[in-house]
Amino acid sequence: MTTASPAAKERSFTDSIKDAGLAALVALVLASAIMGLRTTSLPGVGGLVVVPDLPLVVGAVLVVFVGRLLLDLFVWRKIIRIPVGDKWYRRPGGRPLAHHAQRLGIMFGPALLVFAVILPFLPVSDRYVMDLSILVLTYVMLGWGLNIVVGLAGLLDLGYVAFYAVGAYSYALLAHYFDLGFWVCLPLAGILAAFWGVILGFPVLRLRGDYLAIVTLAFGEIIRIVLLNWYTFTNGPDGISGIPRPSFFGLEFERGEHGFAGFFGLDYSPMHRIIFLYYLILLLALLTNFVTIRLRRLPVGRAWEALREDEIACRSLGINTTNTKLTAFATGAMFAGFAGSFFATRQGFISPESFTFIESALILAIVVLGGLGSQIGVVIAAVVMIGGLEILRELNFLKVIFGDNFDPTSYRMLIFGLAMVVIMVWRPRGLISTRQPTIALGGRKPISGEYVGEGQG
Amino acid sequence: MEYFVQQLINGLTLGSIYGLIAIGYTMVYGIIGMINFAHGDIFMIGSFIALIFIILLGVTAGSSFLLLLFALLLVLVIAMALTATYGWTVERLAYRPLRTSFRLAPLITAIGMSIVLQNYVQVVQGARVKPLQPLISGNFTIMEKVTPEGNFLVNLSYIQILIVVTTFILMAAFSLIIAKTSLGRSQRACEQDRKMASLIGVNVDRTISLTFVMGAALAAVAGMMYLLYYGVIDFYIGFVAGVKAFTAAVLGGIGSLPGAMLGGLLIGLIETFWSAYFSIEYKDVAAFSILAIVLIFLPSGILGKPEVEKV
Amino acid sequence: MSAAAATQGAKETAGSSAEAPWANDPVLTVDHLTMRFGGLVAIDDLSFRVGRRDITAIIGPNGAGKTTVFNCATGFYKPTEGMLTLRQSGGASFLLERLPDFRISARAKVARTFQNIRLFGGMTVLENLMVAQHNPLMLASYFTLGGVLGLSHFRRAEREGVELARYWLERIRLVDRADDPAADLPYGAQRRLEIARAMCTKPELLCLDEPAAGLNPRETAELNELLRFIRDEHDTSVLLIEHDMSVVMEISDHVIVLDYGKKIADGTPDVVQNDPAVIAAYLGVEDEEVDEVEHEVEAIAKGPADA
Repeated sequence: MTTASPAAKERSFTDSIKDAGLAALVALVLASAIMGLRTTSLPGVGGLVVVPDLPLVVGAVLVVFVGRLLLDLFVWRKIIRIPVGDKWYRRPGGRPLAHHAQRLGIMFGPALLVFAVILPFLPVSDRYVMDLSILVLTYVMLGWGLNIVVGLAGLLDLGYVAFYAVGAYSYALLAHYFDLGFWVCLPLAGILAAFWGVILGFPVLRLRGDYLAIVTLAFGEIIRIVLLNWYTFTNGPDGISGIPRPSFFGLEFERGEHGFAGFFGLDYSPMHRIIFLYYLILLLALLTNFVTIRLRRLPVGRAWEALREDEIACRSLGINTTNTKLTAFATGAMFAGFAGSFFATRQGFISPESFTFIESALILAIVVLGGLGSQIGVVIAAVVMIGGLEILRELNFLKVIFGDNFDPTSYRMLIFGLAMVVIMVWRPRGLISTRQPTIALGGRKPISGEYVGEGQG
Repeated sequence: MEYFVQQLINGLTLGSIYGLIAIGYTMVYGIIGMINFAHGDIFMIGSFIALIFIILLGVTAGSSFLLLLFALLLVLVIAMALTATYGWTVERLAYRPLRTSFRLAPLITAIGMSIVLQNYVQVVQGARVKPLQPLISGNFTIMEKVTPEGNFLVNLSYIQILIVVTTFILMAAFSLIIAKTSLGRSQRACEQDRKMASLIGVNVDRTISLTFVMGAALAAVAGMMYLLYYGVIDFYIGFVAGVKAFTAAVLGGIGSLPGAMLGGLLIGLIETFWSAYFSIEYKDVAAFSILAIVLIFLPSGILGKPEVEKV
Repeated sequence: MSAAAATQGAKETAGSSAEAPWANDPVLTVDHLTMRFGGLVAIDDLSFRVGRRDITAIIGPNGAGKTTVFNCATGFYKPTEGMLTLRQSGGASFLLERLPDFRISARAKVARTFQNIRLFGGMTVLENLMVAQHNPLMLASYFTLGGVLGLSHFRRAEREGVELARYWLERIRLVDRADDPAADLPYGAQRRLEIARAMCTKPELLCLDEPAAGLNPRETAELNELLRFIRDEHDTSVLLIEHDMSVVMEISDHVIVLDYGKKIADGTPDVVQNDPAVIAAYLGVEDEEVDEVEHEVEAIAKGPADA
């Protein structure tokens, strides 16, 4: 099992069997306790009892055996060749995909944009599709925001969701205590989130790498715990409900003459608000993208990337690294704040439950899987991850196979975690790893990901 | 005063558990420079395995002392072995393929593995909390204060003694392994320079694997102690315990075994005293704030080596 | 000559430098610089002057404290004791030990390169040179606000920045590689690029840490020419650490020799070259033998004259 290097091609089929057998043995050991012996409480018996579950163990061992064998035969050692697949995963640098993406990328972005703009008017767009699209776009925006911090400046932030929470709570609390509307609160939420970014960032930004990651994680948790326990101010775990919905230039989405539908002489439909929210988040996301692209071509953006490449060299060139890091942190936090207040107005209800560490991990995974620094990569990764997570909710059809006791939602996160591991092992640098230069004398040539630094802090 | 002593005892017990988990973080960070995010969940797996086998062996508080002792030792060995296999597998599947890759990739797979392990246990064992009847009860009363409202007793329970003693025995054993055996030497060599170590014939893959195995085995001990002490576990205990244990490792100075133990004890004490004297809701805030403050003002921890910036 | 006499000799050369040209209008004055790391004394009471529009070389055996002097002068280390004064040609002067590292480059105008090249590998050659112009461009973009709005003022400044970059790229013959990632360049080109990047900050004093390390003879000759060009055409003073004596002796106006953190010689290349203490330090002889070496040197020096 320890010798599954791709180079060892000469070995025979029996070796593959042996290797898969070993893997199955390990699987047997792993599965024996946790899967094979289930603790449950039976009626009438005090405490827990252990119920053996042999079929599950056998199933797991078989899956591992067959899976390992197939992978070994077709992918790692290629004892049996598949004619088409070769180009895809064979090359270590991952050139082909990046190359295609590059060539397609020129048309891909605009095409995607056009698609996003006309989506609400497509026949497939029912309530479900629109809700899902809004969710995906929210994560695209968060991914783009975090991309500034992690992808450009190379600062590993595991507490990004804290700024999302600050944005959401800013709007909810301002609306609750001061009766302010969405449009007033949106910039305020962004400013407050950026402000918190500076406050939290200032002491910690001299830390490097994993230490920065763990401290940002700690800050994220602190903010969540405070929101959870400051009952008099934030209503604690019960959350804040009745958050006002956004208006369209003063027109509320409601029945009657003074509503949006009445004003434009349309029939009232609840979809209007959904479509409006969709365009709102699309606009916010595009604003994030536009500003990021602009900033990359400005001195501050170049300084961020230079910081990621070599901090000491930056200092030797007169760049104030603390300020530069802070601007990256604050800019990223600001966009999270915008996204947060959008989230609050869309849900109408928020509670600390929505801002757990797993959200930060999800956003970071989107950024890393998309390819650090790549704007289009974030979009692809967000569609795949968020779309995938939602599709996993719809696994009820599997009940046909596994029986009625099968509960697809509990498998959702399990599959999600596995997918994270598999994609990362498959493409450690993300789907699109090339970097676009920000300025050129001749033509702009994409830079291969292997040259691009990953940041120290 | 009596109240203080009682909290001190409780804090040291909790701190021992954190310290055992922290050793896993510190060893892995020392050797491959990554935060093994899934380590907290390995600890959780360890406590589940212990729970399963305690129930399976059918020991209860009523069993005779010798039988109980023997059964618990057996469970401990099984839990260590099985949990170690989990630790080994996680390294093999999620970290080894990315070892030469860039820094963020293993962090993401570690987070992914943490999600996988949590949900795996949730799916297979159920999301409900798992209670266990106390197996070891009884205590020494070491202080007594007579007040009009009643007597306040300072108790040192047998289980607390068991936890602290086991922790220190294991700690000593592992320090010995690191200091004296060839495995320890290989580990220290890989810590210094992995490439050079492999050039002079150290089996780097094996050394790293064994580091994960050792860390997981210790986490299993911590898991079992946690189970016996609190009597209730669920699939989510790994996250918070993991973050606190990492805090402990950092506080003590990452890469240092005695540091991890010291950090664990300190975090345990801080958390216990904070809960006892200030507010129990904010005990995690206290632990996380300590982490931030330590990293900002003492980045190399209490017993760690200071890092010199190379220009 | 005893050990005491050797130090005496060093003092004499130092004393004679009072009339030396670099003492009149020094760009950098180092006074009683001491740097200790724990118990280790890396630099011990070091004083010297770096003349304006001179190429000054600091030489010495490995571990003599040369790079530490650089790190003190560019703010990466804070000296334990001593004073580093930088006087710009405009008259402004700065106490370098009091400035944080990025201010030394931004305000005092001291630029540097690194012994192990530190380029922004994933950025193009041109981008590297644009990052070097961060501060003026930042100002021109009104601290980003104007730039985000796309004001013409910034676009003009950026065009000028690109022109400056192109000027240096022509000078180091890398124009046709301007759009390639810096990490993709061959070693010698990376060294040149690092110098060009430092020059894009328009420094008063350029500090080069072993610029000729790893270069072949042709590249070394080019480097010499580049450094002369920088001194003559850009009025930039150059301070360099170098092991390659062909570079040092050929282009330096002034050489300072360090050994164990102390200055053992200071003067023109000719003077330093024949200093017995220097030769002793390089050959690693005992203090008692310095005398002998001195005789040998004299014999060799006389040799050609006799012939």
